[in-house]
Parts: sequence; C-alpha cells; structure tokens
Amino acid sequence: MRWPALCLLLLLLLLLMPAGAGAQSTMPRTDADALPVPAEPRPEAPAPVPGETVVAGLSSDSVSITADFDGSDILIYGAIRRESPIPDGPPLQVIVTVEAPSAGLTVWRKERRAGIWVNADAVRIGAAPGFYAVATSAPLDDILLPEWDSRYRISLSTAMRAFAGEIAVESTVPYTEALIRIRRNEGLYRLDEGSVSVIDQTLFRADISLPANLVEGTYKTRIFLLRDGQVVDVFLAPLNVRKVGVERWLYRLAFDQPLLYGIMSLAVAVLAGWGASAAFRKLRRP
Amino acid sequence: MQIYLPIAEVSVNAFTLVGLGGLVGVMSGLFGVGGGFLITPLLFFIGIPPAIAVATGANQVVASSVSGVLAHVKRKSVDFRMGGVLLAGGLLGSWMGVWVFNLLQRVGQVDLVVQLCYVVFLGLIGAMMLQESLRALYRSSRPGHRRRLHQHNWVHRWPLKVKFRASGLYISAFPPLLVGVAVGVLAAIMGVGGGFIMVPAMIYLLGMPTKVVVGTSLFQITFVTAFTTLMHAVSYNTVDIMLAVLLIIGGVVGAQIGTGLGARLRAEQLRILLALLVLAVCAKLAVDLFMTPEELYAIQPGIG
Repeated sequence: MRWPALCLLLLLLLLLMPAGAGAQSTMPRTDADALPVPAEPRPEAPAPVPGETVVAGLSSDSVSITADFDGSDILIYGAIRRESPIPDGPPLQVIVTVEAPSAGLTVWRKERRAGIWVNADAVRIGAAPGFYAVATSAPLDDILLPEWDSRYRISLSTAMRAFAGEIAVESTVPYTEALIRIRRNEGLYRLDEGSVSVIDQTLFRADISLPANLVEGTYKTRIFLLRDGQVVDVFLAPLNVRKVGVERWLYRLAFDQPLLYGIMSLAVAVLAGWGASAAFRKLRRP
Repeated sequence: MQIYLPIAEVSVNAFTLVGLGGLVGVMSGLFGVGGGFLITPLLFFIGIPPAIAVATGANQVVASSVSGVLAHVKRKSVDFRMGGVLLAGGLLGSWMGVWVFNLLQRVGQVDLVVQLCYVVFLGLIGAMMLQESLRALYRSSRPGHRRRLHQHNWVHRWPLKVKFRASGLYISAFPPLLVGVAVGVLAAIMGVGGGFIMVPAMIYLLGMPTKVVVGTSLFQITFVTAFTTLMHAVSYNTVDIMLAVLLIIGGVVGAQIGTGLGARLRAEQLRILLALLVLAVCAKLAVDLFMTPEELYAIQPGIG
C-alpha cells in the first residue's frame, strides 16, 4: 500500500510548513456556512484554548461508483495548527464524521393481532442520513459533553432530524432506537471509538470504510477538535459520491427516458430468451 | 465477483444472481410457472429493495417465458386462442391490481396482504394439486380404469361458447377471461407472473389437457409480465437492467434445461413436484406470519 506512506509524507510536509501557508494537498478550509447544515450553529471560537484549528484533507474528494464497486476506504488526515504551545490538561481529542444525504422514512412497529404479526404503529422521520459513520480518538461519552453533542449533532442518535406528520404513539424513543439498531446491523450507521489516531496532539488520521451499498450524493465530512468535552474547532469538507461510466449512463437513462429504458429492458429479455431457445435447439440437433 | 447495481444501489455477487436466475429458469421450463413467486422473495433475501425486486423480477420472467414459450411453440403445445382470452383478462386484472397495490402501500399493509395472499393461494393450490396428482398416480398404476377427457362444470355452459381447438374444448369464453382477470390482479399485488395460480386453474377449472397448459400459461405470462415491466419502468423507475441481465443469463439457460426435463418426466410426477414446491414456499411464509419476528420494527423509505 502506497497511501499510508504518501500521507505520512504529506503530514510531515504540513508540519514543516510555516503556520500561515496553505498546503496544496489540503482541502480549502470550508466555512460552516458554505454547506447547508441545518440546526448547526456557526462555530464561533468557543474555545477555552483559542487558536487551535484543524487543517485536514481527504485521500480523495470524490468516490466513483463503477460497475465493480465494492465499497471504498477514505483516509482523512490532518494536523492541528496553533499559535501557542500545547496547553496542559487532558489531551486533545478528534472526532471525524461522514454523513450521506438525508431522506425521509417511516419506522413501523409490528404487533400481534389475531395471531399474526402486522404493522401496527408508525413514526415518520423527516430526515435521516442513509449512511453515517462516527470515528473518534477515545470513547465518545468521555470526550464529548451532551450539550455540545446536541449542538453539533455528532452521535448516532442525533443524526436524524425532525419527525414528520402527527405523532400517534406514546413514545418515539423505541422507534428511533430501532432505526439506529437496524441501520447499525446493516453497517450503515457506525460508531468506531478509538479508531482516530492522534500523534502528539498535532497529527491525526482516520480511516473510514464506505460500504458497497452507497447511495449517490454529496456526503458531508466533519472533523471536530475537542478539549474537555467541548468543541474547539470544526472542519467541513464535501465528499462527492457519483456513479460513473455505464452505471451513470443506465441510471440517467432510467430516469430521463423511462419508456426507452423499459423497452430496452424488454428487448434484452426477449432477445436473451429467443437466443437461448435457438441455441439449445441447435445443440439438441447437431 | 461483486457488481454494483445502478438502480438498486446495492453491490451483490454476480454469480449468486446468475445462479438464482438459473434455478428459477429450471422451474419455469419445467412447470410453466414464471418463477416470480420464487425470484421475488429470493431477491428480498439477498438485500434488493422490494420495489426493485418486484419490477426486475417481472423483467426476468419475460426472458425465461419467451425462451420457454418458443420451445412450446415448436412442440405445438400452445393454445393461442385460449392464451389470447387469458391475456385480455390478465391485462385488465393487472391494471386493477396496481391500483389496489398503491392503495395498500398508502396504509402500510402491503407486506401483510402480499404475505397473506401467498399463504392462502399457495396453500390451497398446493394441497389441491397434491391430492389430485396423487390420486391420478394411484389410478394410473391400476390399468383398466377409463378416464374421461375432462369434466364439464357448470361454468363451461355459460354463453359465448368458443372452440379452443388446441385444448380440445368448446366452452364459454367467460371462465378463461375471469381466470385471466383474477390472475392479473393477484399478479400485480404479489409481484409475480401468476403462472402458479393459472396452471392449476387451467387444469382444474377449465379442464385443459396438461400438455397445452404449460405452453399456454407461458404465452400469457410473457405478455402480462412485459406489460408490468414497462409500467414499473415508466411510472416508478424501479427496473434494474443490470440485475435483470444477470438473472436472465441464468434464467434462459435454466428454462431450456427445465423444458428438456419436463418432456422426459411424467405429467403426474411433474404435478406432485410442483405441488410440493408450492407447499414448501407456503409453509415458510406461514411460519413467518405467526412466529414472533426477531426485529419488531421495520424501516420503509419515504414518509408517504
């Protein structure tokens, strides 16, 4: 693997550079306002230790879904830039999140009625990401205070947004818990505690593996810098997940020219059926 | 070899899909069923979203039934006139069925109704076929017993009598038309071609000889599923052509093997096999309905 070696080199370069110089390999620093992030307040330097900021990059800023796409690993690496020496006290912590675009969904609960299990009650959730991964440098509860979690919506349980429609159930908690449980079992929601490695409170890297069943869209990558359970700095970067080649062509055709696509599907089916029939007839009577 | 499906947006093993297609193709050629009642649940099982499994399953059934029907045309075992009447009913029925399906989807009970339909129909048909074919097998082992060509029911005496030459029938056109409508409705709701319902209905309700039943059923299924595929593709964009091609590769080969096997097996044995298969699927689905599920909650996309 050449990537880790290359990235280490990049990190070293970053360290050697004077504080003001932007390294070419890093992503441009994105302001919190540049991306639509509902319910996320603008990080206004609430830092107890001012002057610690993140400089980070992604091993690639786009993921291409090809026909043989089988998941992908992205490396998120970076350094902490500071004007003053490393402060005393508990060490700096890093949380990295990768979030897919959100979509509305309905969670149904089954109940036994007349002996059989039927969908009884439902809770409609306005928006929940199709994929959400949280990687941390230490157990999440130890490094993040609840009020900061709800402010930045970092932990899995805060990933889903408002409920939609009327709520007809006593408590929505079992439903949201079920959503997280099911998605975690499917590998779509992930919490990898301790998977971010921080070196000397200055360098960090996180490896996030994206599953094979990715959905297209602009994913949001966030890097949080934490001290004493409080968020010191946030870095945002988009990650484009796009179908390419034949995948893209078929997808576009299916949505732009559905009739043509349907006829094409049928033609393939009829030709294949006829071809196999003819081929086997030849085989039987040589 | 993993392959990413552009519409389903999941990555699956290509060989698994070819194998699934092949298995269902053998069924198709052997019994004259499209295999939709097998392919659709199997696709759910490997993680294809239900709507896409249903639509793409229909596309796969087109291919395997074309392959099968051509083999039957060669053997002159297709009753085109009967097929046409069934088809007219089928198109009407599937149009009605899609409407019912949308209604059920809005109230969130689609899964339940689909499962109940499967259990009830598969159970009834399986039991009926098994009983009848076992009796036929028993009878044929005692020579000297004379069988009538087919029995006339009261439904055959309705008006608008038509000669169905290939089937050797002179009956009213209404019973086959109604069978077509019923099968079409169920086919659209259950996401299948409906052969597993139509084949027994043709044998026991219409009294058609087994020889032409399979070919005629395949003929009707080809057109009904083609219509369904097109409707799904145009209104819901749920046909995944990549998935379909992989299933089809397995399916068309399987259908030919199945047709070859079918010609060698005896009709009674064939029917016992189909009955057992139908009952097995029914039992599996029934158990799922009554057993406490491992996960009480389910996620459905959209907030409809």
